[in-house]
Amino acid sequence: MKVSMTVNGKAEERDVEARTLLVFFLRNELGLTGTNIGCDTTNCGACTVLLDGESVKSCTILAAQADGRSITTIEGLAEGDKMHPMQEAFREHHALQCGYCTPGMVMAAVSLVKEHPGGMTEAEVREGLEGNLCRCTGYHNIVKAVMAVAGTPAGAR
Amino acid sequence: MSILGNRVLRKEDPKFLTVGGSYVDDMRLEGAVHVVYVRSTMAHARISAIDTSEAERAPGVLAVYTAANCDLAPMPPGAPFAPPAMARPWLADGVVRFVGDMVAAVVAETREQAVDAAEMVFVDYDPLPAVVDPEQALTGDTLLFPDAGTNVAITMPKDLAAVGMMPEGERDESLFDGCDVVVRQRIVNQRVAPCPLEVRASVATWASDGRLTYWSSNQAPHGVKATVQSSFGLDESQVRVIAPDVGGGFGAKIGGYPEELFTIWAAKQLGRPVRWTETRSESMNTLGHGRAQVQEIELGGSRDGKLQAYRLTVVQDSGAYPNLGAFLPMFTRTMLTGVYEIPKVEFSSRSVATNTNPIVAYRGAGRPEATAAIERAMDVFAAEIGIDPAEVRRRNLIPSEAFPYTTPTGTTYDIGDYGRALDLVLESAGYDQLRKEQAARRKSGEPRQLGIGTSVYVEITNGMPGSEFGAVEILPDGKARIRTGTSAHGQGHATAWSMLVSEALGIPMEDIEFVQSDTDKVPRGVGTFASRSLQSGGVAVHQASEEVLVKARQLAAELLEANPDDVVLDKVAGRFHVAGTPAVGRSWGELVEASGDAGLAAEVDFTAPGPSFPFGAHVAVVEVDTDTGLVDVVRMVAVDDAGRMVNPLLVEGQVHGGLAQGVAQALLEEVVYDADGNPLTGNLADYAMVSATELPSFERIPMETPTPLNPLGVKGVGESGTIGSTPAVQNAVVDALSHLGVRHVDMPTTPQRVWQALSQARGGNGK
Repeated sequence: MKVSMTVNGKAEERDVEARTLLVFFLRNELGLTGTNIGCDTTNCGACTVLLDGESVKSCTILAAQADGRSITTIEGLAEGDKMHPMQEAFREHHALQCGYCTPGMVMAAVSLVKEHPGGMTEAEVREGLEGNLCRCTGYHNIVKAVMAVAGTPAGAR
Repeated sequence: MSILGNRVLRKEDPKFLTVGGSYVDDMRLEGAVHVVYVRSTMAHARISAIDTSEAERAPGVLAVYTAANCDLAPMPPGAPFAPPAMARPWLADGVVRFVGDMVAAVVAETREQAVDAAEMVFVDYDPLPAVVDPEQALTGDTLLFPDAGTNVAITMPKDLAAVGMMPEGERDESLFDGCDVVVRQRIVNQRVAPCPLEVRASVATWASDGRLTYWSSNQAPHGVKATVQSSFGLDESQVRVIAPDVGGGFGAKIGGYPEELFTIWAAKQLGRPVRWTETRSESMNTLGHGRAQVQEIELGGSRDGKLQAYRLTVVQDSGAYPNLGAFLPMFTRTMLTGVYEIPKVEFSSRSVATNTNPIVAYRGAGRPEATAAIERAMDVFAAEIGIDPAEVRRRNLIPSEAFPYTTPTGTTYDIGDYGRALDLVLESAGYDQLRKEQAARRKSGEPRQLGIGTSVYVEITNGMPGSEFGAVEILPDGKARIRTGTSAHGQGHATAWSMLVSEALGIPMEDIEFVQSDTDKVPRGVGTFASRSLQSGGVAVHQASEEVLVKARQLAAELLEANPDDVVLDKVAGRFHVAGTPAVGRSWGELVEASGDAGLAAEVDFTAPGPSFPFGAHVAVVEVDTDTGLVDVVRMVAVDDAGRMVNPLLVEGQVHGGLAQGVAQALLEEVVYDADGNPLTGNLADYAMVSATELPSFERIPMETPTPLNPLGVKGVGESGTIGSTPAVQNAVVDALSHLGVRHVDMPTTPQRVWQALSQARGGNGK
C-alpha cells in the first residue's frame, strides 16, 4: 500500500506492506537509523519519535497510521548545526553513555517538557520517562538534563 | 594547567545526539540475507523429528539448516576446566537443553520471510525431565550430559587446585572453635538479565579472496576474532572483526555466541552476506544471564564484634552449557573476606549445569556475589550480638597502614582506606540522625518504617592482568591518532584517552582521532570488560604519548642543533623550541615531515603488575510499607574510590549506572523459570528492568586514593557501583523490619517477599 507522510520536514512516499511498522518504515525505507529498536513489547521506548509533535513509540503504530501526518526523528531535531536545547542538555549533563536509548529518550523528553510549560518536579520527570529504559546512566543525569530544560515549577523547590 | 581531573564533556556525544550511533543492525549491506533461528520450546527433550520441508518452500527462503546438514563441530565449553562432554552443539543434535536452544536456522531474502518460514519448521519433542534448581541438579538424578556422568562442571577448590590455581582445601570442622557467636544464613543471589538496550546482532561477509569480514555487537573484537579463527579453522590474516557502536554489554557481550557466529558459516554456504539481529524476547531468554549463586554463609566471632572465622559455600547455577559463569566463583573466592580482617576462612563451590540459559559475566561477575555474602553476613552477625552494623564493620576493617595487604585467600590488595570511606558515607548520610528518625518511627508504629543499610566493599579490577595495546601517531597536519586494543561501548574512552594524549602532547582534544574495535586497524587487543580498560589500555596510550614526546624532542633537537634536554614543548603553540628562544621552533607537522618513513609514532603493550582493588562504602535508606511490603529506596549515598580520576564526569556516569543496576538486583530484577524450565520473564513486559521511577537521584562523595600499580594511579570503576549498592539496599530492607523479627529477606525484595517475611515473623504462615 502507498503511504505518504512528512518526515523531518520532507515529504516522503513509499509503497509498503500493510503490516509495516512505522519504525521499520523509518529505518528501512528512509534509512533513518537513528531511531532504534530495543524491545518487542513497547516497554523500552528506544524507538520514540514525534508524531505531529507528540511522542509515540514507533514500534507500536503502523506506517499506515502515520499516513498524511508529520514525523520528527532524532535526525530532524537540530536546526542545522545548532542542537536542540534538549540535545545540548543531554551532552552538558552526561545523560548518555552507549547512546542506544538516547534518540528515543531525547524525543520523549522533548514531548514531555512541551506538555509541562510550567516546569517539572523531579518526580514528574521520573514518572514521565517511565516508558523509556536506559541501562547505562541509572537515569540520574537524564533526569538532571530534562529538569534543566523543563525548569522548576513555581512554588516547588 | 592539567586537563586531567576535569569534567571534560564527551567527544562521542554529538553524533549520538543528532543522528544516532552506528550499530550493527544499522548497517546496510548489498545482497545481505537474513537468518532467523527456530528455538526449543522445551527445557529438556529429545528431538524425535524435524520437518523443514514446508519452510524450505516458503517465499524467499534460501536454506534451512539443522544438525543434519550442518557440519560444525560443537563449541567447547566456555567454562575453563569444565568436562569436554558439556560442549554446545551449534544446532541441537538430538537433544535440547533449555528453552531457547537453537534447533534450526532459516535463511531468507528478508527478515520477515525468515520469521514467517521459521514458524513452518515442525519439531517433535519427546520431553525429558527438566532440572531447573541448581541444588537439585547436584543430585544428578537428571543428567544434561550423560557422557559427563555429572551435572557438576567445576568444583572449587578441587579442580583449580589440580592445575595449581588455588590451594587444596579440606573442610575444617574446627573452623569456628573459640567463637562466642556463629551465625548462619542461606542467601540466594538471584539470576538476573544484563539487558543491554541494544540486543545482539552480527553480519558476516566473505570476499572473493576468501577473507572474512564480521561485524558483531561485542566488547572484545580481538577475542571474538580468536574464537572465529578456532571455530572455522581460519588463520589470522583471513579474518577481520569489527565492533561498530555497541549499545551496552555489561559483560554479556564479551564472547561470541553461536547464534552470532553462525552467520559466518551460513554466509560461506550461500555465498551471500548473512545477517542476524535478535528480538528482545530472544535476548531475554538466550543472551547470557548473570549471578545465580546459592550461598551458605557462616560467620563467627566474639560478643564484642571481632570476627574470627568465615565459611562460604556456593552452588553456582551454570545453565545448560557451562560458560564463563561457571568459572566466576573463582572471583567470589578472591574477594571472599572483603574489607575485613578475618583470620580463618574457608570457601568451596560447585558450578552445576541446569536446563536454563547459560550464565555469563554480568557487571561485577563473581565479586558482587562475594560482597553480598559477606555484607549480609556482617548484618546478621551484628544483629545477633546487638551492636550497630556500621560499628561492627569499623571494628574489623583492614587498617589503612596494612597495605599492600594479603588476604587469607592469597589476594593482595594494592591500597585502601576503608575506614575513611565508611566515615565519609556515614557522615554524608547523616547516619546518627537517620537512626533517631528510625527509632521515632518504630516507636510510633507507623506503617512506613525506615531502614538504613550499610555496605563497605572492595573489589578486584583487571582481575587477570594481560597486556593491552595502545598507540599514538602524529599525522602530517599535526593532529594525533590514537589506536587502542580496548573496545568502549558507552564508557567514553574516546574522550578519556584523548585527554591523556592532550595532557602529554598539548594537542587539542578536537584534533585527536580515536580508533578502536577493528582488528584490521588495531593489531592486537584484549577488550573492555572487568573494569580493566583505563588501567591497561589507557596506561598504554599514556605511555605511547610519552614515547612520542621523547622521539619528538630528539628530532627537534637534531633540527635545531641543540641538546634534547634543552628542547621544550610549548603545548599551547604546539611547537618545540630551545628553552629561552621560543622564536625558533618546529611544529608537530614539521617534525612528522622530518621523521621520514619512520613517522612520529609509538606503540606500547602495557601489562599491569597486578590487579587493582577499588573500594567504597554505601548507605541505602529505604522506606518499607509494612502493610503492603512495598520498598521505596529514598536515598542512595555512595563513596567510591577507584584511584585517580582522569575525568570525574565519566567516573560519575559509571558509578550512577552501577548503582542503578545494583539497586535493581536488590529490589526488582529476577529471571524466573517455572518448575518445567519455562521462562516466565522472557521479555521487558515481564522482566522488571529498573526504570526512572524506582530510583532516587544518587548522592555521591568522591574519594581518590591513587594506586601505585600504574603511572596514572588509576583503577577501574565500571563495576564498583553495582558491587556496593546491592547489599546496602538489601540490608536496609531487613533493617527496616528487624524490630518486627525479620532476620533476612532474599532478593529481589519484592512486596510479596517482604510481606511474606513480615507475616512469618508475626507468626503467620506467609500466605
